[in-house]
Amino acid sequence: MSKKLLKWNEDRTLFPEKNSEGKIDVDYDSHKFMKIWHGPQHPGITGNMSLELTLLGDEVMDCETHVGYLHRGFEKLMERRKYIQCFPIVCRVAVPEPDFNEYCFASAMEELAGIEVPEAAEWLRTLVLEMSRLQSFLAWIGGQAGSLGQGIIGQWTIYLRDLILDRFEELTGGRIYHMYMLPGGVRGLLPDGFRERMTQNLDDIDKFMKDVKKVMFDNYVFKKRTVGMGVIDPAWINPFGITGPNARAAGVAKDVRKDNPYLKYPELDFEPVVGKDSDIYTRADVRRRDLLMTVDLIRQIMAKIPDKGDIRAKTPNVLHWKVPAGETYSRAECTRGEYGYYMVSDGTEYPRRINVRGPSYTHAVALLEKMIVNANIADVAGLMVSLHTYPPEIER
Amino acid sequence: MQTIIENLQKHFQVVSYHQQRENLGFLIASKEVAVGLITHLRDYEGFAHLVLLTAVDWIEDEHFQLTYLLHHPEKKVDLGVRVMISRENAEMYSIHHLWEQARTYQRELREMFGINFPGSPDVDKPFILEGWEEIPPYRRDFDTKEYSEKTYFPRPGRETHDPAEYMKKKLYPNE
Repeated sequence: MSKKLLKWNEDRTLFPEKNSEGKIDVDYDSHKFMKIWHGPQHPGITGNMSLELTLLGDEVMDCETHVGYLHRGFEKLMERRKYIQCFPIVCRVAVPEPDFNEYCFASAMEELAGIEVPEAAEWLRTLVLEMSRLQSFLAWIGGQAGSLGQGIIGQWTIYLRDLILDRFEELTGGRIYHMYMLPGGVRGLLPDGFRERMTQNLDDIDKFMKDVKKVMFDNYVFKKRTVGMGVIDPAWINPFGITGPNARAAGVAKDVRKDNPYLKYPELDFEPVVGKDSDIYTRADVRRRDLLMTVDLIRQIMAKIPDKGDIRAKTPNVLHWKVPAGETYSRAECTRGEYGYYMVSDGTEYPRRINVRGPSYTHAVALLEKMIVNANIADVAGLMVSLHTYPPEIER
Repeated sequence: MQTIIENLQKHFQVVSYHQQRENLGFLIASKEVAVGLITHLRDYEGFAHLVLLTAVDWIEDEHFQLTYLLHHPEKKVDLGVRVMISRENAEMYSIHHLWEQARTYQRELREMFGINFPGSPDVDKPFILEGWEEIPPYRRDFDTKEYSEKTYFPRPGRETHDPAEYMKKKLYPNE
């Protein structure tokens, strides 16, 4: 092998050479390029999606996101269901955070029907949304660590997530899908002893997160592989529709809970967690601090939540409920960014059109396809997980 | 929000405007002025964030409604731009040059509703469905039940019983 072939040019922007239009001529017959599929069955992929990667050596030259492996036609299904029959469907749009679907659907419906939710129900909804954020962050931290070779973190955080799922089971009867929020309110008050058990769980999470910080965030290998990697330029935030921790890690304090407050968030004391460097490490750290803030918010909510009171407003018979004609958009801040439901009613018992706006729609397609170019194949999993995407909310 | 609408009306013909709530309004614009109006909203009024782009099939009126939902990050308000296009020749001007993610929305609308956006990158490439030969599935005249009955055969060995009759037979076999 000649010495010329082994020469390493540090400036990766010059590699490989681009044509006059600034693009790379991919010629598979030259045997320099290789096409591989990263997913849909791959431990480093988030959910059922795949990336079609064009490689030159171990460097990614081009990427195309493929979704559709889990398409169940939720939006179409809902047009054939009465509003109340949509509740078992909506929570299945996003497994990690089903409650945001329930909340957005219910609040859009309440707005069109002019229903006011009782105060106790608003507190309980706020609690459930924060619990949902907490367990989703815990699952994500395990995924991010696992994608970079730290399997043990996932074992710890999945244990912690299970503690929150226990509380969900106690409050709602379900561990993953809760169907706890209904139009007009929620299904039940806090069970006896719930506060004590939740306080104990939050203390455990606080304790474990100190260990996670030491083992994961202070770890040399983790830093080496994530600092300066997968940077999102703050100038991309609006052109690419970036929201949530991905935007906040770039220094843009976008948080629906502050920007368009809903439920009881105006009565809670918090500031959106922001970062500066916008790389994988900063995004992970923003999520870790966001998780700790969620723990604090749950403590605040638990101190203010009433033990008694109405939890459901009076509504028409849900089986024959004709929601007044109109359209609206309801949004909330989930762990991945802005989650929203666009609802159109034509005044009948069935929704005319429901459109789910999941944050992954923008993060996993246009943004990921741009960010991944020039990344090393070994970093693809870490980079993808750092965007915290979830395919079913893309294909609905 | 009212000031923004008044400003818009100086430059564009806004067919109608409806204030849904304090921070959300919907306006109707014609197909011809829509892209110019959306560009104006983005560049001069500060609606920098495209929240979503979707369609509603008003089959009885023979048109599709396209909804462009825009968000103003500073004023924290949303504005939905509704555009009615004919179902017959469903085609709309592309906005992929305004927001990077718009091409994904347009590709999906092409596949699910059959609305074309000439010039939008990869608009004819399958997005979610593969080898789809029926009419676009999110149109109101696509019958999901008929499709599933035609495509997915009932699995052998499964029977359907009338619950009352079945339980009666099981519990009181001699009656």
